[in-house]
Amino acid sequence: MSSTLLRTTPALRTALGASGAVRRAGAMASTSFVRGKATLPELSYDYGALEPHISGKIMELHHAKHHQTYVNGLNSALQTIAEAESKGDFTKAATVAPLLNFHGGGHINHSLFWENLAPASRDGGGQPDGALKKAIDSDFGSFDTFRSQMNTALAGIQGSGWAWLVKDKASGTLGLVTRANQDPVSGPCVPLLGIDAWEHAYYLQYQNRKAEYFDAIWNVVNWKTVATRFEKA
Amino acid sequence: MVNIGNLWQYLALQSPLQSMSGDHLNHTHTKMAVTAYALPTLAFAYDALEPHISAQIMELHHGKHHQAYVTNLNKALASHATAAAAHDIAGQIALQQTIKFNGGGHINHSLFWKNLAPAGSDDARPDAAAGLVAAIEKTWESLDGFKRAFSAALLGIQGSGWGWLVRDGDPGGGGGLRIVTTKDQDPVVGGDVPVFAVDMWEHAYYLQYLNGKAAYVENIWNVVNWKTAGERYLGTSKGRVKPETR
Repeated sequence: MSSTLLRTTPALRTALGASGAVRRAGAMASTSFVRGKATLPELSYDYGALEPHISGKIMELHHAKHHQTYVNGLNSALQTIAEAESKGDFTKAATVAPLLNFHGGGHINHSLFWENLAPASRDGGGQPDGALKKAIDSDFGSFDTFRSQMNTALAGIQGSGWAWLVKDKASGTLGLVTRANQDPVSGPCVPLLGIDAWEHAYYLQYQNRKAEYFDAIWNVVNWKTVATRFEKA
Repeated sequence: MVNIGNLWQYLALQSPLQSMSGDHLNHTHTKMAVTAYALPTLAFAYDALEPHISAQIMELHHGKHHQAYVTNLNKALASHATAAAAHDIAGQIALQQTIKFNGGGHINHSLFWKNLAPAGSDDARPDAAAGLVAAIEKTWESLDGFKRAFSAALLGIQGSGWGWLVRDGDPGGGGGLRIVTTKDQDPVVGGDVPVFAVDMWEHAYYLQYLNGKAAYVENIWNVVNWKTAGERYLGTSKGRVKPETR
């Protein structure tokens, strides 16, 4: 886990005593300690960069606390499963499945979410163009219809969850799906754009007025990322 | 864990028969006597649970969130009555999840407000529920042991939901105690009787505790209304939503 790394690195730095050694310590850590472990991804923008649509305080808590907790929970679930596997205790491994789904899903979903957002002053907002625009027009009728259907899907989530624009690999068409809690999108559906409808994603700024958050977030959707995912799907 | 048939029966049992204004009575008669549920008034001020639950949280939680469940429940029940009058079975089935969610939201919050009390008040002392505390000590060895088990259940909820202390639904009260959790707004209906509830939706604590939900869970014990819980345990309170009409 990264918190463990942060604790061990200064000790290594002291022992080895040079900046080159710090890099070596980092490289060593990445192969011996971090291999196979999930880590919190860095954002490509500042916490305050999505203001006024998403406040800096929300972004900081959401990324540094909530997402970090999913990363820690995922690593802990994986470790429990590995230990159970090494002892041949498959019952124990199976009981960890809900935690793996929840924290693993939380890590996947948030990682996708940060990348499909961007500051309004940079790549955020506007409308898609090219092949993605054509596909949206063809499968939803128009961009406005798509956006309004996505907002309806978001508003209809009963409890915590996510709404996704997905590409169905089997049919090749675009669609909307919602997922409860941190259930990740899987199966034939490839996630293109995710919007977090958990209360922690908006409550400090919008409180119970979640429709305002669902309207505002379109100003910071990174359509370049969505288009890239669409082309690869 | 919730059977929609039970919920339906439950809501029907709550039906207020009288005390409607003339206007309202006429209105409901033409609409197949649909019950209009109303937001219950709190027995304490919004700031009475400070510093454990902030006034801002209480005001939004009661005045906005709970109100939205009531409004949407009434809407769904009116649509359901219209569908029933038109013998539209598909229309009725299509409304079941909306009724469950909003009806559950109304039931759960109504129970929650009544099992809270200002810290330091007589009602917030465990000795206000001697019979219940004795049963808790029998089941979990000590009140602290129970609190640890209940808190762990609350913190284990993945997503939005509620933690409950429930008892077996023997009419005489005093049945066996269990800790259960329900997701989203699923209510405790059917065989179990809720003794007390803790809301684990983020809106219940986020403005004050942010991601630190363990601190919320720790502090909620200061504002549990043990008197209400004890009465629900003994069956001297019905433990159900008192119907209020507009």
